[in-house]
Amino acid sequence: MKRSYYLKAAGTYFLRMVTLLLAVSIISFVLVSFSPVDPVQQYVGAVPNVSMEQREKIAEYWGLNDPPLERFFAWGSSILRGDFGVSLLYRRPVIEIIGEKFATSLALMITAWLLSGILGFALGCLMGAFSGRWPDKILKKLCLTMCSIPTFWIGIVFLMFFSVTLGWFPMSMSVPMGVPAAEVTIWQRIHHLILPAFTLSFLSFAGVALHTREKLVDVLESDYVLFAKARGESGWSILKRHGLRNILLPAVTMQFGSFSELFGGSVLAETVFSYPGLGAAAAAAGMGSDVPLLLGITLFSALFVFVGNLLADIIYRIVDPQIREGRSK
Amino acid sequence: MENKAVLTVKDLSVSFHMYDRGLEQYDLSVISNLNLDVRSGEIVAVAGSSGSGKSLLAHAVMGLLPGNAKIRGEICYRGELLTQRRKEILRGKELALVPQSVSFLDPLMRVGSQVRGGRKDEGSRRAQKEIFKRFRLEEQVEKLYPFQLSGGMARRVLVSTAVLSGAEVILADEPTPGLDLEMAVEALNVFRELADEGKAVVLITHDIDLAFHVADRIAVFYAGTTVEVARASDFLEGKEALRHPYSKALWEALPQNGFRPIPGFQPYAKALPKGCLFGPRCPHKTEGCEREIPMRELRGGYVRCIHAD
Repeated sequence: MKRSYYLKAAGTYFLRMVTLLLAVSIISFVLVSFSPVDPVQQYVGAVPNVSMEQREKIAEYWGLNDPPLERFFAWGSSILRGDFGVSLLYRRPVIEIIGEKFATSLALMITAWLLSGILGFALGCLMGAFSGRWPDKILKKLCLTMCSIPTFWIGIVFLMFFSVTLGWFPMSMSVPMGVPAAEVTIWQRIHHLILPAFTLSFLSFAGVALHTREKLVDVLESDYVLFAKARGESGWSILKRHGLRNILLPAVTMQFGSFSELFGGSVLAETVFSYPGLGAAAAAAGMGSDVPLLLGITLFSALFVFVGNLLADIIYRIVDPQIREGRSK
Repeated sequence: MENKAVLTVKDLSVSFHMYDRGLEQYDLSVISNLNLDVRSGEIVAVAGSSGSGKSLLAHAVMGLLPGNAKIRGEICYRGELLTQRRKEILRGKELALVPQSVSFLDPLMRVGSQVRGGRKDEGSRRAQKEIFKRFRLEEQVEKLYPFQLSGGMARRVLVSTAVLSGAEVILADEPTPGLDLEMAVEALNVFRELADEGKAVVLITHDIDLAFHVADRIAVFYAGTTVEVARASDFLEGKEALRHPYSKALWEALPQNGFRPIPGFQPYAKALPKGCLFGPRCPHKTEGCEREIPMRELRGGYVRCIHAD
């Protein structure tokens, strides 16, 4: 019985993933085909003396003159082949580029994700425990302010202040310039990572804190906390025994569900810091009308977000006794 | 000892500081001039309709009222005046609350560890097991989560928290709703047993019918105050043995006594009448009823009515 349950769940998730990816690929393909940007013009760019014939040849080579449906199927078959087509900008298979860029982005995203998750949760707990009193009031206003600041703007402010004025951090890129890749140390990488990671975590950090605060306030006003007080439990014990227990699960699932914001934010943060990750590649592909790369990244990001939500779902099922033990009964 | 009250509530008033439309503020008085005393070995049932402030009484005694609540009057435990600080020290030790429903248990914590309240030593583990056995809760119940308990089990688990605490005063807040007659009687008998062991039990309920049978005395609650304190036997004896017109009306409204309701409704806390709170619905109302009515002793009980005899 247990086995069939897992099989069924896995089947459902798989079906959901396939339909999601199919829908995303169709919609994004349609959107891209309506794009007013001419890929040939973007490719040729500032190079003068490119004749009409040559342009025509490039367009022919890229298959731009084929009807949209044919192009969609050509692209679709490249996905099934596993290379996701060839990037117009990089002249290499899209899947390779995504793999490379994602590895760079991953370090950034994980750092930002942990930072916003842990700090946000801690701050939220602090606000919740002091709810209605001055530490809460001050921090809450601060968080609301932080929530309303756009990522790219705070990125530029960080750059101006920490890199230009103070000179603590490098201006851009993920490694120092002019140093062979093999000689880049881990410290140099971390040094380059800090500002973009802070920028990326800035927005979600306040969100996590406010969310945690709300949850904790709800829990502290609940019947079971009232009863715990009636039984003589002290404030700290209540916070530890009932508070954390009841807010940790929603916090963790929300954190896994925030992959979409993380990815969206990374496009802005990486662009501001010229950090050569997937977000910056997405922006470049969009600007350069590199259709295969753009679509590839779109599909990949959909998968990324799907995996995040999937993990949230699975964690809930494993950790929450009401789901876990309710099922086995 | 026999006749000495363990818990005394004298002229208790509770009001909430509220915000009206805009910046208007007012005090909403939910309990006014309430008197109650409980001796060890007895059950005092606090009976009244919903919204009469019964649960707030329990919360006031335990010091669990929210920050916007104001308390006047005295609450004494063994002759000692209880301040908020003192309540916080005594609750869970000398004063125990048995709450209404399973929602008062942490949904994510196993029942056993909740009943033990964080104590992990062998002694409290053994005590908890014994109490579970006494209330016919199977051993595996301690491994369950609250959502897995049936109504009757939840009730017994909640009671067992009070028993484990060893408190002298047990305040049970609506322990019977949602239970069928058999289980309700069983739940109330648990309190009878506790009282017989020497605990003082305050049984807050609107199930008056059941309360007669287990309680020793009944405090009739109306619009946030006690209008009468009578022996349970007075209620069984009949209308004439009762003192206050509201108690009589309550008696008449019971199915076996004619099922006759009286017109009107309990006044809302924001619009309390002057003087006797029952005045607007009372057939015997006179001018004298609009002054403040003190509680007075009458035929072995107490009544808040100038006409009662």
